[in-house]
Amino acid sequence: MKTASTKINRRSFLKVSALSGGGMLLSLNWLAACNPKQAETLTMPKEWFQFNGFIKIGENGLVTIMSPNPEGGQNVKTSMPMIVAEELDVAWENVIVEQADLDTKYFTRQFIGGSQAIRSGYTNLRTAGATARAMLVAAAAQSWNVPASEITIKAGTITHKQSGKSAHFGEFASLAATMPVPEEVQLKDSKDFGIIGTSKKNVEAKNIVTGKPLFGIDTKREGMLIAMLVHPPAIGKKLKSLDGSKAKNMPGIREVFQIKSLQDDYKRTFFDTAQFTDLVAIVGESTWQVLQAKKAIQAEWEIQEGYEEKRDMFGREGIRVVPKGLESSASQEQAMIEAAKNPQTQRKDGNPEAAFAKATKIIERSYTGPFLAHNCMEPMNFFAHVQGEKVECAGPLQKPELTEQALSSRLGISLENIDIKMTRLGGGYGRRSYAHWLIEAAVISQKMNAPIKLIYTREDEMTGGIYRSRYQATYKAALDENNELTAFHVNAGGLPENPLYADRFPAGAVANYLAEGWEVPSNITTGSFRAPRSNFMACVEQSFLDEVAEAAGKDPIDFRLELLAKAKANPVGERNDYDPGRFAEVIKLAKEKSNWGQDTEGISRGFSAYFCHNSYAAQVLDLKIVDGQVKIDKVINAIDCGLVVNPDAAKNLCEGAVIDGIGTAMFGELTFADGVASKSNFDSYRMIRMKEAPAAIETYFVENGEDPSGLGEPAYPPVFAALANALYKANGKRFYDQPFINQLNS
Amino acid sequence: MAQYNLTINGKSLNVDVDPSTPMLWVLRDHLDLVGTKFGCGIAQCGACTIHLDGNAVRSCQLPVSAAENAEITTIEGISEKGDHPVQKAWLEHDVPQCGYCQAGQIMSATALLKSNPSPSDEDIDNAMNGNICRCGTYTRIKAAIKTAAKSA
Repeated sequence: MKTASTKINRRSFLKVSALSGGGMLLSLNWLAACNPKQAETLTMPKEWFQFNGFIKIGENGLVTIMSPNPEGGQNVKTSMPMIVAEELDVAWENVIVEQADLDTKYFTRQFIGGSQAIRSGYTNLRTAGATARAMLVAAAAQSWNVPASEITIKAGTITHKQSGKSAHFGEFASLAATMPVPEEVQLKDSKDFGIIGTSKKNVEAKNIVTGKPLFGIDTKREGMLIAMLVHPPAIGKKLKSLDGSKAKNMPGIREVFQIKSLQDDYKRTFFDTAQFTDLVAIVGESTWQVLQAKKAIQAEWEIQEGYEEKRDMFGREGIRVVPKGLESSASQEQAMIEAAKNPQTQRKDGNPEAAFAKATKIIERSYTGPFLAHNCMEPMNFFAHVQGEKVECAGPLQKPELTEQALSSRLGISLENIDIKMTRLGGGYGRRSYAHWLIEAAVISQKMNAPIKLIYTREDEMTGGIYRSRYQATYKAALDENNELTAFHVNAGGLPENPLYADRFPAGAVANYLAEGWEVPSNITTGSFRAPRSNFMACVEQSFLDEVAEAAGKDPIDFRLELLAKAKANPVGERNDYDPGRFAEVIKLAKEKSNWGQDTEGISRGFSAYFCHNSYAAQVLDLKIVDGQVKIDKVINAIDCGLVVNPDAAKNLCEGAVIDGIGTAMFGELTFADGVASKSNFDSYRMIRMKEAPAAIETYFVENGEDPSGLGEPAYPPVFAALANALYKANGKRFYDQPFINQLNS
Repeated sequence: MAQYNLTINGKSLNVDVDPSTPMLWVLRDHLDLVGTKFGCGIAQCGACTIHLDGNAVRSCQLPVSAAENAEITTIEGISEKGDHPVQKAWLEHDVPQCGYCQAGQIMSATALLKSNPSPSDEDIDNAMNGNICRCGTYTRIKAAIKTAAKSA
């Protein structure tokens, strides 16, 4: 039993009035889908009694739980309410889930990002449930005139054993909602959990498989117009002049005009990245009409001069240098090679120079990773209706509370008058953290004085900036005469972002260690991409360690376990950001579940393990090459993300991360020629398809009683290297450059 | 603009649109059937898959003028209560993550099972090759198709 204070984030636990939410119809559908018997007996209550920002209870015992964070496929709309329901002690069958609106008064961190929703929301969600539970107990104690300590609650039924009294939640909801909010509440011991740790179906699944309007792009309002944008044909160019007359005369077209999204002098936060701020807007009655008019836009473009962007980087003043130029892949590569010669030291332990000088064997390898497009299946879109001083917006975005400030500033409308509804995201992966399209939609609506829905085409999205950065890394390892790793050197950088995590494994396990990083400024915008930076560093570090193990004549798993044992027994440095004990356990679990060491005829195995987003993942990938085609038989995932809230959904997430990672490693690539992205749609940008996915994926979780940590990202980065290492076993060639298909086809 | 009489999910519906308008936008903009999704606009991702006389087609490449005199079925029309064996199998395997591509996946899967009630792994791979899922739910989709094949 653990005590939680309701003073922290207290507003979340206070009674609130009229919290809005759009899920009433949706939730009933869910009840009918998953619990036909319940749906027959429990209808919607006549009245709801609001307990706090998360919970309202109906007079018939039905409970509504607000899911605070946006949902983008990581299943938080099911797992976050499960945590509330656990502490409330309501039967899950009697829970309705609604999506909360953005409301920073009642909720904290309404984000998708960094695999942090469950980890950072865990205590708050539990406290919300426990608070309402305590208020129900207090109401029953008062009504029955018995001590609160004698009252028990199970599955929505309140019982006083001594007097034989019993009631369901609904009978006390009205009184309980008026009880004082306790200063402190008791949280359950995890061994008493009945909902957390059991598999619950996705609360939205029925709506998804029947095609209900859940996504931002499905938004429709009376009188709504459709808007699209034209952006410059190359990064490094800007609009010189516009002739929209031909387009404006086309059927259904209302207006063609130039917009300015963010003002040049606006101090942008970390997530206010936008590739183009001067755009051409086309507004019309239907999507097809606007698409036709978009092709008829006549505009002249000119080279954009270099400039500096003012930035507020989480409270720190910053400047983003945006150089002039039309970049090409070859010139970028040259600039990266030059920059790598002058890196910044990010960490140094011992005396790496001396250790390399004394080495018996030195292994040195270089790796590259290209720009990647996010390719969310739902193209970028947003609905906006600006009416005088009021703004209504709806759509998919990962960090609404970080975007509304820029919107407020741009429109000159205060935050209180901006209402943002969070729709389900048709994929995020970091791309929807950068919500310039919300501002574009609102600016267009303001100009048109009408409700509008802005839609990006796939081409707009893939050629319009905000990619994963282009990366490069060179690793060097020294082995002594006993094949012990005596020195380790990593030099990593990117255009424009440095991907290096200097304090991650094998830092801490090697006496002589040097980590250096560098950056090359670029006018190509980049941003978070599923497991930022880790998605490159895991691939190259784990590929390199595989090669070092081989050079040392050691089994790749044993080699890592030896290093982790050293890091645990005698850690080098004080800033190591991983727990070597937990890391070793997850590797051992993968070893055991894969029967590592028992080779199967014709099957090539690759191993990889990585720590990121507070969680550990180890993977074994089995493949064979048949007629030149890579066939992946199986991937074994071992994961330590602490306590698993919803096991089957957690497995789904890990399976998806494996498939997405294999696809990105094998096929993902965007290059540039004179500022123009090489690919603009799925005819040229290859995505993994069913036949290329593993035939089977097994996922096992370490059970260690730790609080939950991240899961949306951790299984993604290491699989790149598990694939590379298995491919090496199959065809004898190491894979240093992503995407691997280029080398396989060469 | 021109008048078209269409048969969609067993109902006769009229629209007045340009003859070149793809069925995707007729469904989404003019008929409020938004379960059919826009993904790429060039028949490469499968999010817009519908049935034309029982065959899976990409509605982003099907002009309304070519859809008259045909039976069109969308995700909203494959069952009345969302209980088509494929939909039930999707729920049983808890397939969706973000969910955006799933209507298109289900339309491809239902068309497959209609023409081939016991598909092999290879048949499934081939029939589903036109549908992209970036969340990576392919293994569950395949398992759900096999479950649906058994239950149908």
